[in-house]
Amino acid sequence: MTGASVPATHQAANGTLGFVMLCHTALHRAAETARHWAERGCPVVIHVDKRVQKWSVEKLQSDLADLTNIRFSERFACEWGTWGIVAATQAAAEVMLADFPSVRHVYLSSGSCLPLRPVKELIAYLDERPRTDFIESVTTEEVGWTIGGLNMERFTLRFPFSWRTQRWLFDRYVKLQRRIGFKRTIPNGIVPHLGSQWWCLTRQTLSTILQGPDRALYDRYFRRVWIPDESYFQTLVRQVSANVESRSLTLSKFDFQGKPHIFYDDHLQLLRRSDCFVARKIWPHANKLYATFLSDDAEGQAGGEPNPGKIDRLFSKAVERRVKGRPGLYMQSRFPHEHWENGRTAAPYSVFQGFSDVFENFEGWLGKVTGTRVHGHLFAPDRVEFAGGEAVFNGALSDSAALRDYNTKSFLANLIWATRGERQCFQFGPGDNQELNWFMALDSNAQISVISGAWAVPLFKSNLNFTDIRREAARLQKIELDHLSVLRNGAAKARIRIWNLAEFIENPMEPLQTIVDEISPRSLRRLTEAPRLTDLTGFGQFLQNLRNQGMQPVLMGDFPTTNDPRPSDSRRGRPYLVK
Amino acid sequence: MAIAPEHLITAYRLRWKRRRLLARAFARRRDLTSRIDRTAVIRPGDILGFSTVRNEAIRLPWFLDHHRGLGVSHFLMVDNGSDDGTTEYLAGQKDVSLWVTRASYKASRFGMDWLTWLQMRHGHGHWCLTVDADELLIYPYWDSRDLRALTHWLDSQNRPMFGAMMLDLYPKGPVADHPYAAGDDPLASLHWFDPAGYGIRIQQPMGNLWIQGGPRARLFFGAEPRRAPTLNKVPLVKWHWRYAYVNSTHSLLPPALNRIYATDGSEAPSGLLLHTKFLHTVVDRARVEQTRREHFSNSAQYDRYYDALTENPDLWCRQSRRLTTWRALESLGLMSRGGWV
Repeated sequence: MTGASVPATHQAANGTLGFVMLCHTALHRAAETARHWAERGCPVVIHVDKRVQKWSVEKLQSDLADLTNIRFSERFACEWGTWGIVAATQAAAEVMLADFPSVRHVYLSSGSCLPLRPVKELIAYLDERPRTDFIESVTTEEVGWTIGGLNMERFTLRFPFSWRTQRWLFDRYVKLQRRIGFKRTIPNGIVPHLGSQWWCLTRQTLSTILQGPDRALYDRYFRRVWIPDESYFQTLVRQVSANVESRSLTLSKFDFQGKPHIFYDDHLQLLRRSDCFVARKIWPHANKLYATFLSDDAEGQAGGEPNPGKIDRLFSKAVERRVKGRPGLYMQSRFPHEHWENGRTAAPYSVFQGFSDVFENFEGWLGKVTGTRVHGHLFAPDRVEFAGGEAVFNGALSDSAALRDYNTKSFLANLIWATRGERQCFQFGPGDNQELNWFMALDSNAQISVISGAWAVPLFKSNLNFTDIRREAARLQKIELDHLSVLRNGAAKARIRIWNLAEFIENPMEPLQTIVDEISPRSLRRLTEAPRLTDLTGFGQFLQNLRNQGMQPVLMGDFPTTNDPRPSDSRRGRPYLVK
Repeated sequence: MAIAPEHLITAYRLRWKRRRLLARAFARRRDLTSRIDRTAVIRPGDILGFSTVRNEAIRLPWFLDHHRGLGVSHFLMVDNGSDDGTTEYLAGQKDVSLWVTRASYKASRFGMDWLTWLQMRHGHGHWCLTVDADELLIYPYWDSRDLRALTHWLDSQNRPMFGAMMLDLYPKGPVADHPYAAGDDPLASLHWFDPAGYGIRIQQPMGNLWIQGGPRARLFFGAEPRRAPTLNKVPLVKWHWRYAYVNSTHSLLPPALNRIYATDGSEAPSGLLLHTKFLHTVVDRARVEQTRREHFSNSAQYDRYYDALTENPDLWCRQSRRLTTWRALESLGLMSRGGWV
């Protein structure tokens, strides 16, 4: 055995605190801990699970043979959730009370417990509270945890089947009993209480429970209660003790499935910070933890009241990560079904449709006004138009249109994820890859602003043959109509604004102001300068020509055939705001 | 819960597929000649490593040390016709059992038939780590908790498998300009990676992930992204003799083992396989592989890929991220602790 073994004569005299240890694995670690306590004057009674092989028990006994204040109690099989654990505790506690008369407080621990503070601090703490029983004990209504959806029913139903190995039968039998209205009667009208298995009780309380006249009655009853180790002492203590402090002195944390968290070497600082006296469960190979906490150097800390709450945040964060995940992240651990994403993307972003057709250098203007990254058409057919024309963007995303189109959803989700903290804006239009129209419309992070029909402006300015223009206009109009029907769908969750071209250029400043305010709400300053509107002289006639050729442009709104949309003056298309 | 008939048919088909794979592996056991068999020292609960190698003498010292340090107790390795001292090196390692074969790598499903046979015989009931010599497994807390801790926790969560995506690592500058010697830390020069840009989808009928991306997709498969290398892997499995890997360690049967991902928005635990392919040796190796034709199909796209590799490419770009701690990798969303605290 490692650790300095002190000759029996150097053992401290037995004091007022004794430990009962329930062990079933990693017996060498249990031996170290037992030795630590025993050498410091705390008698230890060890219970080893009956299912442990004989030779390991003999090894444990011979390892600890030099210590006179260690006892081994009668062995029971301790299957989870069964009476065996309570029987083992009772037997060991009886040995403790009988063999060590000096003991005033009995601390129930397990083989995977580790003292975090010097035992004399614990003794001093208990000496100040000589009549107090530390045991978490709450009524079934107040209990915050349930396993298998059972609380009060733990006490009123029968559980002949194992929850772990015969779950199907277990569940059926519970259902059956519910249906026929079966109910066990609770003896003497005691009020069932639940709580952590790990307690520290006074001799008076413990002996009253163990030697009480109704013990046989209670044992018979609790033998058939489900998980009695969390309710036997927790309930009976309320009958006999007037001084219950309803909390456990042992730090233990449970994950979202109700399984205990294990502490590893890297939890050293965390465990120190908790100021708790004992922690479980400790990973048996956590050499650093055992070496640190079982040495006598662990003293010298202020060591106030145990404060497990200090480390709660870490655990609640872990539970949240496990249960909710990081919104907008798609990766090997997290590939949510549609509608289960808890946020389709990681951060808000803005999609502009038609703006760069209507304004000159819209991207430059928007970047300046909002201080965001403004891309060109991210979904353009030939390449991804990243801001600044970069070939590789944040996160090492390639500008290859083929790579993007191979998995558009991943592309957008990756871009938004990789640029968290910096809002992305990009241009979109009916000429682009339309695969994500639904994805974005259903994404509450998306701000989608559309000037419908604006795609006609580049056509109007192009040098194509009119037949080709007409054909292209018909194609784009159909695509945009489809897109608009998606955006107008009642299920859409994005912030969507749609203007037709005519109404937009009638008054471009108000929509721009709204959009910009939404992007950077903190600045909230008036736009003093709008981007330059492109020259639309003759656009009405262009639309009329399309009509004459048999194509019906329906998305632009009303443009008079003859007049220019705005009165032409020297400052054409540059509407400074009049305040 | 009612199960649609087509699901039953799929399940039945996959069951037969698995049986065929097992039968294949059984038939191919004759390919293997035991060079040194130390499997008698394997004890219940040991974590086992499985690997097929060919001419990896330069990588093996670090590879073995890394996984030893993580708690792999015994390595069961197949040497497929090495001539660079790999065989002798492995035979001299006390925790390696070695089989040799000169049979075709491709005809044995890229070595999987051989490993399936070894797993069937020796892997049952053990946590088995199946990795290539150019892969180093890491996972959340790997620097303070070994694989015993991880697998013990996975057991407690009733998760018999653990996913780890391949993360291609590369140096800054042309790959051949960073000489590497056996026993060196490969991460001394290979410490750049693509922080994002991994495309992900689910492949039916097995329900495995299909992740592609990283520097190879970015540089070599921009024209034909479908052919970009697959990065998802399930290298760590609590083995049962009836299990079988299907396509490298990218997917396996029965299909439930491919569900390394959560679909309800939560995060399952996962790690990464640091891929040290891009040591300086990759250039010569690409030349050899191109003529040997034992990898992948003979597509023109792969020829271009191998051509590009022989030209000593630089995979680094301004957006490349430097490899630091596992916590950084986790916060980038490349792996997840998935509730392990």
